[in-house]
Amino acid sequence: MDKTVNNKAWFLVLPVLVLVAFSAVIPLMTVVNYSVQDTFGNNVFFWAGLEWFKELLASDRMWNALGRQLAFSAIIIAIEIPLGIFVALNMPKRGFWASVVLVLMSLPLLIPWNVVGTIWQIFGRVDIGLLGYTLDALGIDYNYTQNSVHAWVTVIVMDVWHWTSLVALLAYAGLQSIPDAYYQAAKIDQASRWKVFRYIELPKMAGVLMIAILLRFMDSFMIYTEPFVVTGGGPGNATTFLSIDLVKMALGQFDLGPAAAFSLMYFLVILLISWVFYTVMTNLDKRG
Amino acid sequence: MAKITLENLAHSYLPNPKSEDDYALKQLDHDWDDGAAYALLGSSGCGKSTLLNIISGLLVPSQGRILFDGQDVTRAPTAERNIAQVFQFPVVYDTMTVRDNLAFPLRNRGRDEAYVAERVNEIARMIGMEHMLSRKAQGLTADAKQKISLGRGMVRKDVNALLFDEPLTVIDPHMKWELRTQLKKLHHDFGHTMIYVTHDQTEALTFADKVVVMYDGRVVQIGTPEELFARPEHTFVGYFIGSPGMNLLPAKIDGNQALIPGGTTPLAHSYGPVSGNVQLGIRPEHVRLSSDQGLPVTIRRIEDVGRHKIIRADLMGHDINIIAPEDQSIGSDMTRAVFDPGRVNVYADDWRVAPG
Repeated sequence: MDKTVNNKAWFLVLPVLVLVAFSAVIPLMTVVNYSVQDTFGNNVFFWAGLEWFKELLASDRMWNALGRQLAFSAIIIAIEIPLGIFVALNMPKRGFWASVVLVLMSLPLLIPWNVVGTIWQIFGRVDIGLLGYTLDALGIDYNYTQNSVHAWVTVIVMDVWHWTSLVALLAYAGLQSIPDAYYQAAKIDQASRWKVFRYIELPKMAGVLMIAILLRFMDSFMIYTEPFVVTGGGPGNATTFLSIDLVKMALGQFDLGPAAAFSLMYFLVILLISWVFYTVMTNLDKRG
Repeated sequence: MAKITLENLAHSYLPNPKSEDDYALKQLDHDWDDGAAYALLGSSGCGKSTLLNIISGLLVPSQGRILFDGQDVTRAPTAERNIAQVFQFPVVYDTMTVRDNLAFPLRNRGRDEAYVAERVNEIARMIGMEHMLSRKAQGLTADAKQKISLGRGMVRKDVNALLFDEPLTVIDPHMKWELRTQLKKLHHDFGHTMIYVTHDQTEALTFADKVVVMYDGRVVQIGTPEELFARPEHTFVGYFIGSPGMNLLPAKIDGNQALIPGGTTPLAHSYGPVSGNVQLGIRPEHVRLSSDQGLPVTIRRIEDVGRHKIIRADLMGHDINIIAPEDQSIGSDMTRAVFDPGRVNVYADDWRVAPG
């Protein structure tokens, strides 16, 4: 049978092509364009080749930011996932209180990110903030604007406060999908609480937990607003994560070339890690 | 293995039950004999699962006691009762191998590994899963998973009773037959007390020595399949067991005669005065079409199911079903129906009235 030739079909794809071009392809290509050129202003560009990439890879600046970024993501995932599961396990399963708890849990997720930053920025201040003042009154020399450990702790606690709810809600949804018969069978088999968690609840939550880890990783890897509002990346460069550094470079110093090269590498790292997650998750699905 | 006694048992899901309607399970006294196979039969929501969960200890009854071999276990937790239960949806521990699944209840009770291995192999042979012991339980078919949950129950030697809560619901029809046969064989070989909950009469009648029929939270009859068929104690039993169920007609009883719409029919026994809502029950198998005797009927439809014919007819405005042999030809002159007098049952307010 002959294939029908009908080029009119291309018109139906056109809107998507245009949309994707303007929202993704053209901006990305602009960045690629910047990354291989140098400029001294006045819209005059010179070819620089891979100069910026070489320079960035050889400098400590990006590696340090990447190191801080990975440490931050690892720490908040290590805290939020177990904590979220623990919270979900202790949430009421049904009835009036289940709805109340659900609403309370979603509250932090509804607050705009810069507001979260502002809340914690004030909360932690020693002169007027409840947390800072209390710690100070207890004799703890807490100051997130000068001590980098305090700054880290503050930013991490803030992220945990903001996002543990998400993990808890996802884990809760996973738990709710377990039929009662599983718990009854476990009782009959005389399984301990730990074994119920290990062999019933955890396997049933595995899928949603993978999604939770992926979401939390992506989100924390691109974190900007909250630490920017609270610490501005300081003290020194202590909380300068990748995107904060990028903005400093691109908008603070207006080094368009290096910043473009930086964003491309940032983009590639995210792409790579997402691909790894995606592969792991689809493999898990196939087994299931 | 043990004899299970229910004393004065009743259960309500409401905190303060007032009338009888508030009870999901109405008051009940019953002995489950050691080593017998019972089926609990009834339509959905009649209290079968409630009763089963009380026996297995997943539910504490609002009143009454449960005794295992004379020992009160009403408030004992499930694990102490040594009960095995197979649920409607197969419960297996997905991340474990089949072997670990079977070993799970023994290991939880701290048995040593040599004993565990021996029992697991024995049970695997019983349920025919020796060749897949090292496989992950995840991704097995529903019937294999049901066999594993059955095996997990039987792996304990001291198990008092095996309870089944509609275990074949999610199994393919051709596997149902095989599993049911296997269950019967296990019962025959090992003599566990078995209680099997179902709403499928075929399942109940083929599996059990004794069928317990429940209706609206009440046990309406306990009997052998034969008794349930010949002498249903309650109109529900007559209606629920049999395909199609028993015909019920409003009647007035006068000695050994029953006055029903369209005329009178003789009874094999004589009855005293019967009051209340009196009904006559006769199974379709015991009604015969005739051209010259009996009561006038109008045939509406004939269904030929292969081994016999089901005749749907109308008797003075009441539906009546008749089963005729496959080889009987039904002519246009067959406008009367005859009831077999020895097979007629009389009901007052839904309960059977004994003759005399």
